[in-house]
Amino acid sequence: MIPELGHFALITALTVAIVQGIVPLLGAWRGTPEWTAMAVPATRAQFALVLLAYLCLTWAFVSRDFSVAYVAQNANADLPLFYRISAVWGAHEGSILLWTLILAGWTLAVSIASGSLPEAFRARVLSVMGLVSCGFLLFILMTSNPFERLLPAPPDGRDLNPLLQDPGMIIHPPMLYMGYVGLAVPFAFAVAALMGGRLDAAWTRWTRPWTTVAWVFLTAGIALGSWWAYNELGWGGWWFWDPVENASFMPWLVATALMHSLAVSEQRGAFKAWTVLLAIFGFSLSLLGTFLVRSGVLVSVHAFATDPERGVFILAFLALVVGGALALYAWRANAISGGGSFRLLSRETLLLINNVLLVVACATVLLGTMYPLIVDALGLGKISVGPPYFDAVFTPLMLPLVFVLGIGPMTRWKGDSAGRLVRLLRIAFIVSVVLALVIVMVTGGFSALLLAALAMALWTIATTVQGLVIRVGSKPSLGQGLRALPRSFVGMSLAHIGVGIFIIGVAATNAFSTERDVRLGPGDSEELAGYRFEFVGVGDVEGPNYSARRADIRVFRGDQPVAVLHPEKRLYPIQAQPMTEAAVDAGFTRDLYVALGEPLDDGSWAVRLYYKPLIRWIWLGPTLMALGGLLAASDRRYRRRAPAPRTAPHEPEPGDPVAATP
Amino acid sequence: MSRYLLPLGIFIALVLLLGVALRLNPRLVPSPLVGKPVPEFSLELLRAPAQTLSRGDLTGKVSLLNAWATWCVECRREHPLLVDIAKAGKVPVYGLNYKDQRPDALEWLRRLGDPYVASGFDADGRVGIDLGVYGLPETFLVDADGMIVHKHIGPIDRQIWETEFVPIIERLQGGSG
Repeated sequence: MIPELGHFALITALTVAIVQGIVPLLGAWRGTPEWTAMAVPATRAQFALVLLAYLCLTWAFVSRDFSVAYVAQNANADLPLFYRISAVWGAHEGSILLWTLILAGWTLAVSIASGSLPEAFRARVLSVMGLVSCGFLLFILMTSNPFERLLPAPPDGRDLNPLLQDPGMIIHPPMLYMGYVGLAVPFAFAVAALMGGRLDAAWTRWTRPWTTVAWVFLTAGIALGSWWAYNELGWGGWWFWDPVENASFMPWLVATALMHSLAVSEQRGAFKAWTVLLAIFGFSLSLLGTFLVRSGVLVSVHAFATDPERGVFILAFLALVVGGALALYAWRANAISGGGSFRLLSRETLLLINNVLLVVACATVLLGTMYPLIVDALGLGKISVGPPYFDAVFTPLMLPLVFVLGIGPMTRWKGDSAGRLVRLLRIAFIVSVVLALVIVMVTGGFSALLLAALAMALWTIATTVQGLVIRVGSKPSLGQGLRALPRSFVGMSLAHIGVGIFIIGVAATNAFSTERDVRLGPGDSEELAGYRFEFVGVGDVEGPNYSARRADIRVFRGDQPVAVLHPEKRLYPIQAQPMTEAAVDAGFTRDLYVALGEPLDDGSWAVRLYYKPLIRWIWLGPTLMALGGLLAASDRRYRRRAPAPRTAPHEPEPGDPVAATP
Repeated sequence: MSRYLLPLGIFIALVLLLGVALRLNPRLVPSPLVGKPVPEFSLELLRAPAQTLSRGDLTGKVSLLNAWATWCVECRREHPLLVDIAKAGKVPVYGLNYKDQRPDALEWLRRLGDPYVASGFDADGRVGIDLGVYGLPETFLVDADGMIVHKHIGPIDRQIWETEFVPIIERLQGGSG
């Protein structure tokens, strides 16, 4: 009965979404206030209905209702409660339902926070989001109904994919979807602006914090996914350029570009058409990612059950949504373009370079992801594009980007002089290059790439800190200076420092990681990077729905015990799938990572040992970026309910190297 | 206006490409066994451990070999169609009961019907490995000479049956008789 209630709620939600997608739009076009007024109640009703459906599915999992096919395929009587709750998004049908719920949630949030917007504009935004929701609800009901029954009911379920039975996996997909779907907000704002033919400062002021928050979720989601892969896949890597990873990375790159181009649009009124195009691209790439993951056109470790019918649906939906938005863009972009002029050396130019590099980076990732498809579609055979391609094309794009990152925030809007910038930044530059050289010499791992990466990372941190110091120093006292810092500026600085820390982590991990595949029996030990790993033995452990062999490995540095590690080899009997549970001794300066391989005949085991310096920094960086984003989005000027009409853009004072906002 | 059309043009090209790509199957790694004879094997029968199912049983006529197990939910979904195919009587269906428990498997056949002329009991999955089974259910179409003519991974539904299997079966049976 409960599953049928959920199914019914979804059908009702679809009818409400159709009303939400059509009536307010027509109302805004014809100028009928009674029709535009439908937007808000429809948004709320739709959210309530989708939430009800979602709770019904969760209930089916919690109560172990194996007569629901989706539950039978993704849960088991012995599966612990929190994994039964997270199993709702463990496979295709439920995760699309979560997608839709999050979309309804974002729409609800917009409807609550948008009271100060012009009525017609607000109606258009909510309508566009309603139309997107229609597509997803139709998709669920036509091809991916999670409430389908399986009669007669099997006595027990097939269990959740063991790969997904990990705390990281509980929060990674919702975070990522929050980011993916959050990009629907700037998309809807862009489409609404194109429809209305007006794009003013209020528009950018409105779009900016929403974009930043979506970007924060996307950043956190991607970082969590990387952390999960590191812990769960058992080969010590943190990024694999897998098509599905790329599908989440591409919207991130574009969203990053969008955040920066919005800065220009807000401060200087320039780049407007470009900003709108980026807003469209961001959400388009989210949808494209969904298509790539769900349609089965690409082979990936993220093995969702695929179905060509679903592929056709999403492709048609993608064509309609993105094609429609781009056609609207082609038709109306002229009306909104234009803006302030600027000189060649100015903050506008540097942000333009940032945008170009990020978009080109996104295009290379897209090309690498799609290339196997292109070759296959042209009948030229089956190939796969791997990390060598991505590493080779990505690094040369990122280094100049990071270099520009150091200069941009120090440069004035409209125009600046090269001499002033050189005087301002030469010390930071020399310090970072020399420091990088010293580090490379001391550690003895010389390579040009490592040197360049370290120098650029230090350059980012040095210039950002310098920016903060100048800003604080312009006030009479330290306390006053700190208090006067706008949150957006602190946020930007934090995020930029995060970029530097991330690069240091990547460079150090790539250059100085060591690993060893060894055969260890009880009593054996092995040296790696100054640590001695002593293999004590292997015992049996019973988990709720798996049985495991757990090794006991003691780590010493000299005679000092450092850690006791328990890597496991788990067998989940229902899916007959062995899983490697790596054991990690995490540290700020290094991780020790041990994964258990296969048992060998004489009681010894194949064991993989890794020493990974500074790998935590790879996740510390994005954490700072996400925190910075949150700070920036909560800046005071976005919290005012009715923003005052903008006066002339802020003109920096001659002695003030940094302008008002990032 | 024309420069604002550029994104739309690129996007249309991308959609066309994706449309073509949808018709391809990246998992369609041509099975090395298609076009090769069924490997030699001998398994005790599920119902009668004293008797065996071997390669010889599959030769002499067109037949299906279906790998299944009671722990496989997709097999349950597929099962009614197999019963129908067996009832139609055009093609004999043989079973490969893969990594299963004998009492469970017998109970399954008693409750859901037994479409199989005979099911081999492959408790340790060795024959499955020889046949290159990597996900249940899998169905092999074997011709009169014991050659594997076609292989389908995943459950067969009526549409797959009509489009993938029936034409080949009719051709093979038409040719021989």
